[in-house]
Amino acid sequence: MKCQQCEKPATFHITELTGESPVEHHLCETCAKTYLQENDSSSPPAPTLSGVLAKQLKLGQAAEELARLDQRACPVCGISFHEFRTKGRLGCPHDYTFFERELMPLIMNIHGETKHVGKRARHSEVSLDEETDVIRLRREMDEAKGKEDYERAAEIRDTIRKIEQKKKPPAQAPDSPDKP
Amino acid sequence: MTLKLDELAARACGWLRESGEVSDIVISSRIRLARNLADFPFIRRCTDQDRAGVEKACHQAIAQVEKWRDLIYVDVSTLAVLDRQFLVERQLISRELAEANGARSVAIEPHETFSLMMNEEDHLRLQVIQAGLNLQSAWERINEIDNELDSRLNYAFHERLGFLTACPTNVGTGMRVSVMLHLPALVLTQEIEKAFRSLQKIGLAVRGLYGEGSQAMGDFYQISNQITLGRSEEDLIKQVSDVIPRIIEYERQARAFLVKESRKDLHDRVSRAYGILCTAQTISSEETLHLLSSVRMGVNLGLIQDLDISAINRLFIHTQPAHLQKIRGGQLETADRNVERAIYLRSHLRRPGATESAN
Repeated sequence: MKCQQCEKPATFHITELTGESPVEHHLCETCAKTYLQENDSSSPPAPTLSGVLAKQLKLGQAAEELARLDQRACPVCGISFHEFRTKGRLGCPHDYTFFERELMPLIMNIHGETKHVGKRARHSEVSLDEETDVIRLRREMDEAKGKEDYERAAEIRDTIRKIEQKKKPPAQAPDSPDKP
Repeated sequence: MTLKLDELAARACGWLRESGEVSDIVISSRIRLARNLADFPFIRRCTDQDRAGVEKACHQAIAQVEKWRDLIYVDVSTLAVLDRQFLVERQLISRELAEANGARSVAIEPHETFSLMMNEEDHLRLQVIQAGLNLQSAWERINEIDNELDSRLNYAFHERLGFLTACPTNVGTGMRVSVMLHLPALVLTQEIEKAFRSLQKIGLAVRGLYGEGSQAMGDFYQISNQITLGRSEEDLIKQVSDVIPRIIEYERQARAFLVKESRKDLHDRVSRAYGILCTAQTISSEETLHLLSSVRMGVNLGLIQDLDISAINRLFIHTQPAHLQKIRGGQLETADRNVERAIYLRSHLRRPGATESAN
Protein backbone atom coordinates (compact mmCIF):
# COMPACT_ATOMS: atom_id res chain seq x y z
CA MET A 1 0.00 0.00 0.00
CA LYS A 2 1.24 3.48 -0.96
CA CYS A 3 1.23 6.48 1.36
CA GLN A 4 -1.81 8.65 0.78
CA GLN A 5 0.33 11.78 0.58
CA CYS A 6 3.44 10.67 -1.33
CA GLU A 7 4.85 7.73 -3.30
CA LYS A 8 6.57 5.92 -0.44
CA PRO A 9 5.10 2.71 0.99
CA ALA A 10 2.60 3.27 3.84
CA THR A 11 3.96 1.87 7.08
CA PHE A 12 1.70 3.81 9.48
CA HIS A 13 -1.98 2.98 9.62
CA ILE A 14 -3.78 5.51 11.76
CA THR A 15 -7.42 5.36 12.76
CA GLU A 16 -8.79 8.70 13.95
CA LEU A 17 -11.36 7.99 16.67
CA THR A 18 -12.29 11.51 17.73
CA GLY A 19 -14.79 12.38 15.00
CA GLU A 20 -18.30 11.08 14.42
CA SER A 21 -16.99 7.89 12.81
CA PRO A 22 -13.46 6.49 12.64
CA VAL A 23 -11.30 7.79 9.77
CA GLU A 24 -8.35 5.77 8.50
CA HIS A 25 -5.07 7.21 7.26
CA HIS A 26 -2.34 5.21 5.54
CA LEU A 27 0.94 7.09 5.59
CA CYS A 28 4.68 6.66 5.26
CA GLU A 29 6.84 7.36 8.30
CA THR A 30 7.67 10.98 7.30
CA CYS A 31 4.08 11.96 6.49
CA ALA A 32 2.82 10.16 9.61
CA LYS A 33 5.16 12.17 11.81
CA THR A 34 3.95 15.43 10.31
CA TYR A 35 0.35 14.31 10.67
CA LEU A 36 0.77 13.33 14.33
CA GLN A 37 2.57 16.56 15.19
CA GLU A 38 -0.14 18.66 13.53
CA ASN A 39 -2.81 16.83 15.44
CA ASP A 40 -0.87 17.24 18.61
CA SER A 41 -0.56 21.00 18.66
CA SER A 42 -4.31 21.45 18.26
CA SER A 43 -5.06 19.38 21.34
CA PRO A 44 -3.51 20.39 24.62
CA PRO A 45 -3.25 17.48 27.02
CA ALA A 46 -5.93 17.12 29.69
CA PRO A 47 -5.37 19.55 32.58
CA THR A 48 -3.60 18.22 35.64
CA LEU A 49 -4.13 19.64 39.10
CA SER A 50 -0.62 21.10 39.37
CA GLY A 51 -0.87 22.52 35.85
CA VAL A 52 -4.18 24.21 36.59
CA LEU A 53 -2.88 25.55 39.90
CA ALA A 54 0.20 27.00 38.22
CA LYS A 55 -1.91 28.54 35.47
CA GLN A 56 -4.36 30.03 37.92
CA LEU A 57 -1.54 31.69 39.80
CA LYS A 58 -0.07 33.21 36.67
CA LEU A 59 -3.40 34.88 35.94
CA GLY A 60 -2.50 38.28 37.30
CA GLN A 61 -2.43 37.55 40.99
CA ALA A 62 0.00 40.03 42.45
CA ALA A 63 2.62 38.69 44.80
CA GLU A 64 1.18 40.38 47.89
CA GLU A 65 -2.29 39.25 47.00
CA LEU A 66 -1.07 35.69 46.71
CA ALA A 67 0.84 35.96 49.98
CA ARG A 68 -2.31 37.20 51.71
CA LEU A 69 -4.36 34.43 50.16
CA ASP A 70 -1.79 31.84 51.23
CA GLN A 71 -2.11 32.99 54.84
CA ARG A 72 -5.84 32.38 55.00
CA ALA A 73 -6.53 29.28 57.06
CA CYS A 74 -9.75 27.27 57.35
CA PRO A 75 -11.30 27.84 60.80
CA VAL A 76 -12.43 24.21 60.96
CA CYS A 77 -9.32 22.20 60.09
CA GLY A 78 -6.65 24.90 60.13
CA ILE A 79 -5.21 24.18 56.68
CA SER A 80 -3.80 27.26 54.92
CA PHE A 81 -4.37 27.86 51.23
CA HIS A 82 -0.61 27.69 50.85
CA GLU A 83 -0.56 24.15 52.20
CA PHE A 84 -3.33 23.09 49.81
CA ARG A 85 -1.53 24.78 46.92
CA THR A 86 1.72 22.95 47.60
CA LYS A 87 0.31 19.53 48.56
CA GLY A 88 -2.77 19.41 46.33
CA ARG A 89 -5.02 17.93 49.04
CA LEU A 90 -7.67 19.73 51.09
CA GLY A 91 -7.98 19.47 54.87
CA CYS A 92 -11.70 19.03 55.53
CA PRO A 93 -15.15 19.29 53.90
CA HIS A 94 -15.51 22.91 55.08
CA ASP A 95 -12.57 23.98 52.86
CA TYR A 96 -14.91 23.80 49.86
CA THR A 97 -16.99 26.55 51.50
CA PHE A 98 -14.19 28.57 53.09
CA PHE A 99 -11.95 28.67 49.98
CA GLU A 100 -14.88 28.74 47.58
CA ARG A 101 -13.73 31.84 45.71
CA GLU A 102 -10.29 30.33 45.06
CA LEU A 103 -11.46 26.78 44.40
CA MET A 104 -14.28 27.45 41.95
CA PRO A 105 -12.10 28.58 39.01
CA LEU A 106 -9.85 25.59 39.71
CA ILE A 107 -12.79 23.17 39.72
CA MET A 108 -14.13 24.77 36.54
CA ASN A 109 -10.74 24.24 34.91
CA ILE A 110 -10.56 20.59 35.89
CA HIS A 111 -14.14 19.49 35.28
CA GLY A 112 -15.59 22.14 32.98
CA GLU A 113 -18.57 22.27 35.36
CA THR A 114 -19.25 23.45 38.89
CA LYS A 115 -22.51 21.69 39.63
CA HIS A 116 -22.97 18.06 40.65
CA VAL A 117 -25.77 16.28 38.79
CA GLY A 118 -25.36 12.65 39.91
CA LYS A 119 -26.35 10.61 42.91
CA ARG A 120 -27.11 12.43 46.17
CA ALA A 121 -26.30 11.40 49.73
CA ARG A 122 -29.16 10.27 51.96
CA HIS A 123 -28.85 13.14 54.40
CA SER A 124 -28.09 15.81 51.79
CA GLU A 125 -30.65 18.15 53.36
CA VAL A 126 -28.61 18.34 56.59
CA SER A 127 -26.35 21.38 56.62
CA LEU A 128 -22.71 20.48 56.14
CA ASP A 129 -21.61 23.31 58.48
CA GLU A 130 -23.35 21.66 61.38
CA GLU A 131 -21.48 18.42 60.74
CA THR A 132 -18.05 19.96 60.30
CA ASP A 133 -18.46 21.74 63.66
CA VAL A 134 -17.29 18.55 65.33
CA ILE A 135 -13.99 18.72 63.47
CA ARG A 136 -13.36 22.25 64.79
CA LEU A 137 -14.38 21.29 68.32
CA ARG A 138 -12.07 18.27 68.39
CA ARG A 139 -9.20 20.47 67.29
CA GLU A 140 -10.02 23.03 69.99
CA MET A 141 -10.17 20.22 72.54
CA ASP A 142 -6.68 19.07 71.56
CA GLU A 143 -5.42 22.65 71.80
CA ALA A 144 -6.96 23.04 75.27
CA LYS A 145 -5.28 19.81 76.36
CA GLY A 146 -2.00 21.12 74.96
CA LYS A 147 -2.36 24.21 77.18
CA GLU A 148 -3.27 21.92 80.10
CA ASP A 149 -6.66 23.61 80.33
CA TYR A 150 -8.40 20.34 81.18
CA GLU A 151 -11.58 22.01 82.37
CA ARG A 152 -12.10 23.63 78.96
CA ALA A 153 -11.16 20.34 77.22
CA ALA A 154 -13.78 18.46 79.24
CA GLU A 155 -16.41 21.06 78.36
CA ILE A 156 -15.68 20.72 74.67
CA ARG A 157 -15.71 16.92 74.97
CA ASP A 158 -19.23 17.08 76.43
CA THR A 159 -20.38 19.38 73.63
CA ILE A 160 -18.96 16.95 71.04
CA ARG A 161 -20.75 14.03 72.71
CA LYS A 162 -24.04 15.90 72.63
CA ILE A 163 -23.70 16.69 68.94
CA GLU A 164 -22.69 13.13 68.12
CA GLN A 165 -25.67 11.70 70.01
CA LYS A 166 -28.03 14.04 68.17
CA LYS A 167 -26.53 13.26 64.79
CA LYS A 168 -26.43 9.46 65.08
CA PRO A 169 -27.77 8.14 61.76
CA PRO A 170 -31.01 6.19 62.12
CA ALA A 171 -29.10 2.93 61.77
CA GLN A 172 -29.55 -0.18 63.84
CA ALA A 173 -27.25 -0.95 66.73
CA PRO A 174 -24.53 -3.50 65.88
CA ASP A 175 -26.22 -6.18 68.01
CA SER A 176 -29.55 -5.95 66.20
CA PRO A 177 -28.84 -6.97 62.61
CA ASP A 178 -30.92 -5.36 59.92
CA LYS A 179 -33.40 -7.29 57.87
CA PRO A 180 -32.06 -8.66 54.60
CA MET B 1 -5.51 -13.51 58.50
CA THR B 2 -2.37 -14.78 56.80
CA LEU B 3 -4.21 -18.07 56.40
CA LYS B 4 -7.03 -16.38 54.54
CA LEU B 5 -4.61 -14.50 52.30
CA ASP B 6 -2.84 -17.79 51.54
CA GLU B 7 -6.16 -19.22 50.42
CA LEU B 8 -6.51 -16.31 47.99
CA ALA B 9 -2.98 -16.88 46.69
CA ALA B 10 -3.80 -20.39 45.55
CA ARG B 11 -6.51 -19.30 43.14
CA ALA B 12 -6.90 -16.97 40.19
CA CYS B 13 -8.23 -13.44 40.74
CA GLY B 14 -11.94 -13.12 40.12
CA TRP B 15 -11.31 -10.30 37.69
CA LEU B 16 -8.94 -12.42 35.62
CA ARG B 17 -11.51 -15.07 34.79
CA GLU B 18 -12.13 -14.87 31.07
CA SER B 19 -15.69 -13.96 30.33
CA GLY B 20 -17.59 -12.94 27.23
CA GLU B 21 -16.71 -12.76 23.56
CA VAL B 22 -14.28 -9.85 23.94
CA SER B 23 -12.24 -11.58 26.65
CA ASP B 24 -9.27 -11.77 24.27
CA ILE B 25 -8.92 -7.99 24.70
CA VAL B 26 -11.01 -6.85 27.67
CA ILE B 27 -9.67 -8.09 31.00
CA SER B 28 -11.80 -6.40 33.63
CA SER B 29 -14.21 -3.60 34.50
CA ARG B 30 -13.73 -1.61 37.68
CA ILE B 31 -15.59 1.22 39.39
CA ARG B 32 -14.46 3.03 42.50
CA LEU B 33 -16.23 5.63 44.62
CA ALA B 34 -14.45 8.10 46.91
CA ARG B 35 -16.38 8.97 50.08
CA ASN B 36 -15.58 10.96 53.21
CA LEU B 37 -17.22 11.31 56.60
CA ALA B 38 -18.55 14.80 57.32
CA ASP B 39 -17.41 14.89 60.94
CA PHE B 40 -13.71 14.17 60.40
CA PRO B 41 -10.98 16.15 58.66
CA PHE B 42 -9.70 14.76 55.36
CA ILE B 43 -6.78 12.33 55.69
CA ARG B 44 -4.07 14.98 55.34
CA ARG B 45 -5.26 16.82 58.46
CA CYS B 46 -6.20 13.71 60.47
CA THR B 47 -4.52 13.14 63.84
CA ASP B 48 -3.84 9.53 64.85
CA GLN B 49 -7.04 9.70 66.88
CA ASP B 50 -9.00 10.95 63.87
CA ARG B 51 -7.70 8.09 61.71
CA ALA B 52 -8.66 5.59 64.39
CA GLY B 53 -12.07 7.27 64.66
CA VAL B 54 -12.70 7.07 60.92
CA GLU B 55 -11.68 3.42 60.85
CA LYS B 56 -13.90 2.57 63.80
CA ALA B 57 -16.94 4.37 62.35
CA CYS B 58 -16.50 2.59 59.02
CA HIS B 59 -15.94 -0.83 60.62
CA GLN B 60 -19.08 -0.43 62.71
CA ALA B 61 -21.14 0.53 59.68
CA ILE B 62 -19.80 -2.40 57.65
CA ALA B 63 -20.40 -4.84 60.52
CA GLN B 64 -24.07 -3.85 60.63
CA VAL B 65 -24.74 -5.10 57.11
CA GLU B 66 -26.06 -8.63 57.50
CA LYS B 67 -25.04 -9.88 54.04
CA TRP B 68 -21.44 -8.73 54.62
CA ARG B 69 -20.86 -11.05 57.56
CA ASP B 70 -18.19 -13.02 55.68
CA LEU B 71 -16.05 -10.04 54.59
CA ILE B 72 -12.33 -10.48 55.27
CA TYR B 73 -10.95 -7.60 57.37
CA VAL B 74 -7.29 -6.82 56.92
CA ASP B 75 -5.48 -4.31 59.12
CA VAL B 76 -3.04 -2.96 56.55
CA SER B 77 -0.98 -1.00 59.10
CA THR B 78 0.21 -4.19 60.83
CA LEU B 79 0.41 -6.32 57.69
CA ALA B 80 3.78 -7.66 56.48
CA VAL B 81 5.22 -5.86 53.44
CA LEU B 82 4.92 -9.03 51.37
CA ASP B 83 1.22 -9.39 52.15
CA ARG B 84 0.58 -5.74 51.32
CA GLN B 85 2.28 -6.14 47.97
CA PHE B 86 0.26 -9.29 47.42
CA LEU B 87 -3.01 -7.35 47.86
CA VAL B 88 -1.76 -4.65 45.48
CA GLU B 89 -0.95 -7.26 42.83
CA ARG B 90 -4.50 -8.62 43.13
CA GLN B 91 -5.83 -5.03 42.86
CA LEU B 92 -7.66 -5.40 46.18
CA ILE B 93 -5.87 -2.38 47.63
CA SER B 94 -4.13 0.58 46.02
CA ARG B 95 -0.42 1.19 46.16
CA GLU B 96 -1.19 4.33 48.13
CA LEU B 97 -2.96 2.36 50.88
CA ALA B 98 -0.14 -0.19 50.97
CA GLU B 99 2.56 2.45 51.37
CA ALA B 100 0.82 4.95 53.68
CA ASN B 101 1.39 5.32 57.43
CA GLY B 102 -1.07 5.17 60.30
CA ALA B 103 -4.34 3.35 60.89
CA ARG B 104 -5.73 1.97 57.64
CA SER B 105 -7.50 -1.19 56.59
CA VAL B 106 -9.50 -2.98 53.94
CA ALA B 107 -12.58 -5.21 53.97
CA ILE B 108 -12.54 -7.75 51.15
CA GLU B 109 -15.48 -9.73 49.82
CA PRO B 110 -14.34 -13.40 49.86
CA HIS B 111 -14.82 -13.82 46.09
CA GLU B 112 -12.82 -10.61 45.59
CA THR B 113 -15.66 -8.91 43.72
CA PHE B 114 -15.39 -5.82 45.90
CA SER B 115 -13.18 -4.23 48.52
CA LEU B 116 -13.67 -1.31 50.90
CA MET B 117 -10.51 0.65 51.68
CA MET B 118 -10.41 2.78 54.82
CA ASN B 119 -8.07 5.78 55.27
CA GLU B 120 -6.70 5.84 51.75
CA GLU B 121 -6.56 9.28 50.09
CA ASP B 122 -10.19 9.60 51.19
CA HIS B 123 -11.80 8.07 54.28
CA LEU B 124 -13.47 5.43 52.16
CA ARG B 125 -12.67 4.06 48.75
CA LEU B 126 -15.19 1.50 47.57
CA GLN B 127 -14.31 -0.58 44.54
CA VAL B 128 -15.99 -3.26 42.49
CA ILE B 129 -14.00 -5.32 39.98
CA GLN B 130 -15.57 -7.74 37.54
CA ALA B 131 -14.13 -9.85 34.74
CA GLY B 132 -14.83 -8.77 31.16
CA LEU B 133 -16.77 -5.76 29.92
CA ASN B 134 -19.38 -5.32 32.63
CA LEU B 135 -19.63 -1.69 33.66
CA GLN B 136 -23.40 -1.60 34.05
CA SER B 137 -23.51 -4.48 36.51
CA ALA B 138 -20.45 -3.11 38.30
CA TRP B 139 -22.33 0.18 38.75
CA GLU B 140 -25.45 -1.55 40.10
CA ARG B 141 -23.29 -3.43 42.56
CA ILE B 142 -21.28 -0.48 43.81
CA ASN B 143 -24.36 1.73 44.02
CA GLU B 144 -25.97 -0.83 46.30
CA ILE B 145 -22.81 -1.07 48.46
CA ASP B 146 -22.68 2.73 48.64
CA ASN B 147 -26.34 2.89 49.73
CA GLU B 148 -25.71 0.42 52.54
CA LEU B 149 -22.92 2.61 53.88
CA ASP B 150 -24.72 5.91 53.22
CA SER B 151 -27.61 4.79 55.42
CA ARG B 152 -25.19 4.17 58.31
CA LEU B 153 -22.59 6.95 57.94
CA ASN B 154 -22.65 10.72 57.56
CA TYR B 155 -21.08 11.30 54.17
CA ALA B 156 -19.59 14.71 53.43
CA PHE B 157 -22.01 15.94 50.78
CA HIS B 158 -22.27 19.47 49.40
CA GLU B 159 -25.53 20.77 47.98
CA ARG B 160 -23.91 22.05 44.78
CA LEU B 161 -20.62 20.13 44.54
CA GLY B 162 -21.86 16.66 45.48
CA PHE B 163 -19.60 14.23 47.32
CA LEU B 164 -16.61 16.10 48.77
CA THR B 165 -13.16 14.59 48.33
CA ALA B 166 -9.67 15.37 49.59
CA CYS B 167 -8.57 16.21 46.05
CA PRO B 168 -10.78 18.51 43.94
CA THR B 169 -10.14 16.27 40.92
CA ASN B 170 -12.50 13.66 42.43
CA VAL B 171 -15.30 15.93 43.69
CA GLY B 172 -18.91 15.41 42.56
CA THR B 173 -19.58 11.76 41.89
CA GLY B 174 -16.24 10.69 43.37
CA MET B 175 -16.37 8.02 40.71
CA ARG B 176 -13.63 6.50 38.57
CA VAL B 177 -14.79 4.00 35.94
CA SER B 178 -12.07 1.96 34.30
CA VAL B 179 -11.74 -0.89 31.86
CA MET B 180 -8.53 -2.88 31.59
CA LEU B 181 -7.53 -3.90 28.08
CA HIS B 182 -4.79 -6.06 26.61
CA LEU B 183 -3.47 -4.21 23.53
CA PRO B 184 -0.32 -5.99 22.31
CA ALA B 185 -0.93 -5.45 18.57
CA LEU B 186 -1.43 -1.69 18.97
CA VAL B 187 1.86 -1.58 20.86
CA LEU B 188 3.61 -3.69 18.21
CA THR B 189 2.32 -1.56 15.33
CA GLN B 190 3.24 1.59 17.30
CA GLU B 191 -0.26 2.97 17.02
CA ILE B 192 -0.89 2.94 20.73
CA GLU B 193 0.33 6.51 21.36
CA LYS B 194 -1.97 7.80 18.70
CA ALA B 195 -4.92 5.93 20.17
CA PHE B 196 -4.19 7.36 23.59
CA ARG B 197 -3.94 10.91 22.34
CA SER B 198 -7.39 10.48 20.82
CA LEU B 199 -8.73 9.23 24.13
CA GLN B 200 -7.23 12.15 26.01
CA LYS B 201 -8.88 14.56 23.59
CA ILE B 202 -12.29 13.26 24.61
CA GLY B 203 -11.50 13.49 28.33
CA LEU B 204 -10.46 9.92 29.07
CA ALA B 205 -7.31 8.91 30.92
CA VAL B 206 -5.02 5.98 30.16
CA ARG B 207 -3.02 4.25 32.88
CA GLY B 208 -0.92 1.15 33.24
CA LEU B 209 -1.73 -2.16 34.94
CA TYR B 210 -1.60 -0.85 38.51
CA GLY B 211 -3.15 2.57 38.03
CA GLU B 212 -1.76 6.04 38.38
CA GLY B 213 1.86 6.40 37.43
CA SER B 214 2.44 2.73 36.79
CA GLN B 215 4.17 1.50 33.65
CA ALA B 216 2.08 -0.23 31.03
CA MET B 217 3.36 -3.67 31.93
CA GLY B 218 2.56 -6.58 29.68
CA ASP B 219 0.66 -4.29 27.26
CA PHE B 220 -2.18 -3.90 29.77
CA TYR B 221 -3.86 -0.52 29.86
CA GLN B 222 -6.68 0.95 31.91
CA ILE B 223 -8.98 3.46 30.29
CA SER B 224 -10.96 5.66 32.64
CA ASN B 225 -12.93 8.91 33.00
CA GLN B 226 -10.94 12.03 33.81
CA ILE B 227 -13.67 14.30 35.16
CA THR B 228 -16.03 13.45 38.03
CA LEU B 229 -18.23 16.56 38.32
CA GLY B 230 -21.14 17.84 36.24
CA ARG B 231 -22.11 14.51 34.72
CA SER B 232 -24.21 11.76 36.21
CA GLU B 233 -22.73 8.37 37.04
CA GLU B 234 -24.66 6.82 34.14
CA ASP B 235 -23.22 9.44 31.76
CA LEU B 236 -19.66 8.82 32.91
CA ILE B 237 -20.14 5.07 32.48
CA LYS B 238 -21.56 5.61 29.02
CA GLN B 239 -18.63 7.80 28.06
CA VAL B 240 -16.19 4.99 28.85
CA SER B 241 -18.44 2.18 27.56
CA ASP B 242 -18.94 3.91 24.21
CA VAL B 243 -15.26 4.12 23.41
CA ILE B 244 -14.29 0.55 24.38
CA PRO B 245 -15.77 -1.17 21.27
CA ARG B 246 -13.77 1.26 19.12
CA ILE B 247 -10.53 0.39 20.87
CA ILE B 248 -11.35 -3.32 20.61
CA GLU B 249 -11.98 -2.88 16.89
CA TYR B 250 -8.75 -0.94 16.53
CA GLU B 251 -6.76 -3.67 18.31
CA ARG B 252 -8.46 -6.33 16.16
CA GLN B 253 -7.53 -4.43 13.00
CA ALA B 254 -3.94 -4.21 14.18
CA ARG B 255 -3.91 -7.96 14.90
CA ALA B 256 -5.44 -8.73 11.49
CA PHE B 257 -2.85 -6.48 9.87
CA LEU B 258 0.01 -8.28 11.64
CA VAL B 259 -1.36 -11.70 10.66
CA LYS B 260 -1.85 -10.63 7.05
CA GLU B 261 1.30 -8.60 6.48
CA SER B 262 3.81 -10.38 8.66
CA ARG B 263 2.40 -13.67 9.80
CA LYS B 264 5.79 -15.36 9.77
CA ASP B 265 7.42 -12.65 11.90
CA LEU B 266 4.52 -12.66 14.30
CA HIS B 267 4.51 -16.45 14.58
CA ASP B 268 8.24 -16.37 15.15
CA ARG B 269 7.94 -13.69 17.84
CA VAL B 270 5.16 -15.52 19.67
CA SER B 271 6.94 -18.89 19.47
CA ARG B 272 10.22 -17.45 20.73
CA ALA B 273 8.43 -15.86 23.66
CA TYR B 274 6.82 -19.22 24.44
CA GLY B 275 10.18 -20.95 24.05
CA ILE B 276 11.93 -18.63 26.51
CA LEU B 277 9.16 -18.96 29.09
CA CYS B 278 9.32 -22.77 28.80
CA THR B 279 13.07 -23.04 29.10
CA ALA B 280 14.53 -20.04 30.96
CA GLN B 281 16.51 -20.79 34.11
CA THR B 282 16.18 -17.32 35.61
CA ILE B 283 13.72 -14.60 34.60
CA SER B 284 12.56 -11.21 35.93
CA SER B 285 8.90 -10.30 36.37
CA GLU B 286 9.18 -7.55 33.72
CA GLU B 287 10.49 -9.98 31.11
CA THR B 288 7.86 -12.51 32.11
CA LEU B 289 5.04 -9.99 31.65
CA HIS B 290 6.47 -8.92 28.32
CA LEU B 291 6.75 -12.48 27.00
CA LEU B 292 3.44 -13.65 28.45
CA SER B 293 1.82 -10.77 26.58
CA SER B 294 3.14 -12.14 23.26
CA VAL B 295 2.08 -15.66 24.17
CA ARG B 296 -1.38 -14.46 25.19
CA MET B 297 -1.85 -12.82 21.79
CA GLY B 298 -0.46 -15.95 20.12
CA VAL B 299 -3.03 -18.13 21.85
CA ASN B 300 -5.83 -15.73 20.94
CA LEU B 301 -4.77 -15.71 17.29
CA GLY B 302 -4.49 -19.49 17.15
CA LEU B 303 -0.71 -19.41 16.62
CA ILE B 304 -0.24 -21.43 19.81
CA GLN B 305 -2.73 -24.22 20.16
CA ASP B 306 -1.72 -26.31 23.15
CA LEU B 307 -2.31 -23.66 25.82
CA ASP B 308 -5.56 -22.27 27.09
CA ILE B 309 -6.04 -18.63 27.84
CA SER B 310 -7.06 -19.10 31.48
CA ALA B 311 -3.70 -20.77 32.21
CA ILE B 312 -1.92 -17.75 30.73
CA ASN B 313 -4.11 -15.31 32.64
CA ARG B 314 -3.25 -17.09 35.88
CA LEU B 315 0.47 -16.91 35.11
CA PHE B 316 0.29 -13.12 34.73
CA ILE B 317 -0.68 -12.87 38.39
CA HIS B 318 1.12 -15.85 39.88
CA THR B 319 4.53 -14.80 38.54
CA GLN B 320 4.33 -11.33 40.15
CA PRO B 321 6.87 -10.98 42.98
CA ALA B 322 4.58 -11.21 46.01
CA HIS B 323 2.42 -13.98 44.55
CA LEU B 324 5.45 -16.03 43.65
CA GLN B 325 6.85 -15.68 47.16
CA LYS B 326 3.56 -16.62 48.76
CA ILE B 327 3.15 -19.64 46.50
CA ARG B 328 6.75 -20.69 47.16
CA GLY B 329 6.19 -20.24 50.86
CA GLY B 330 8.34 -17.31 51.95
CA GLN B 331 10.46 -14.25 51.41
CA LEU B 332 13.01 -14.49 48.60
CA GLU B 333 15.75 -12.17 47.32
CA THR B 334 15.35 -10.90 43.74
CA ALA B 335 17.92 -13.33 42.31
CA ASP B 336 16.31 -16.34 44.01
CA ARG B 337 12.90 -15.11 42.97
CA ASN B 338 13.99 -15.03 39.32
CA VAL B 339 15.13 -18.64 39.58
CA GLU B 340 11.90 -19.68 41.32
CA ARG B 341 9.87 -17.83 38.71
CA ALA B 342 11.61 -19.73 35.91
CA ILE B 343 10.94 -23.05 37.69
CA TYR B 344 7.30 -22.09 38.18
CA LEU B 345 6.89 -21.12 34.51
CA ARG B 346 8.60 -24.30 33.27
CA SER B 347 6.41 -26.52 35.42
CA HIS B 348 3.22 -24.78 34.29
CA LEU B 349 3.97 -24.38 30.60
CA ARG B 350 5.92 -27.44 29.62
CA ARG B 351 3.83 -30.48 28.88
CA PRO B 352 4.74 -33.54 26.84
CA GLY B 353 4.79 -32.43 23.22
CA ALA B 354 4.28 -28.79 24.09
CA THR B 355 7.58 -27.60 22.71
CA GLU B 356 7.14 -29.38 19.35
CA SER B 357 3.80 -27.81 18.55
CA ALA B 358 5.09 -24.41 19.52
CA ASN B 359 7.49 -24.48 16.60
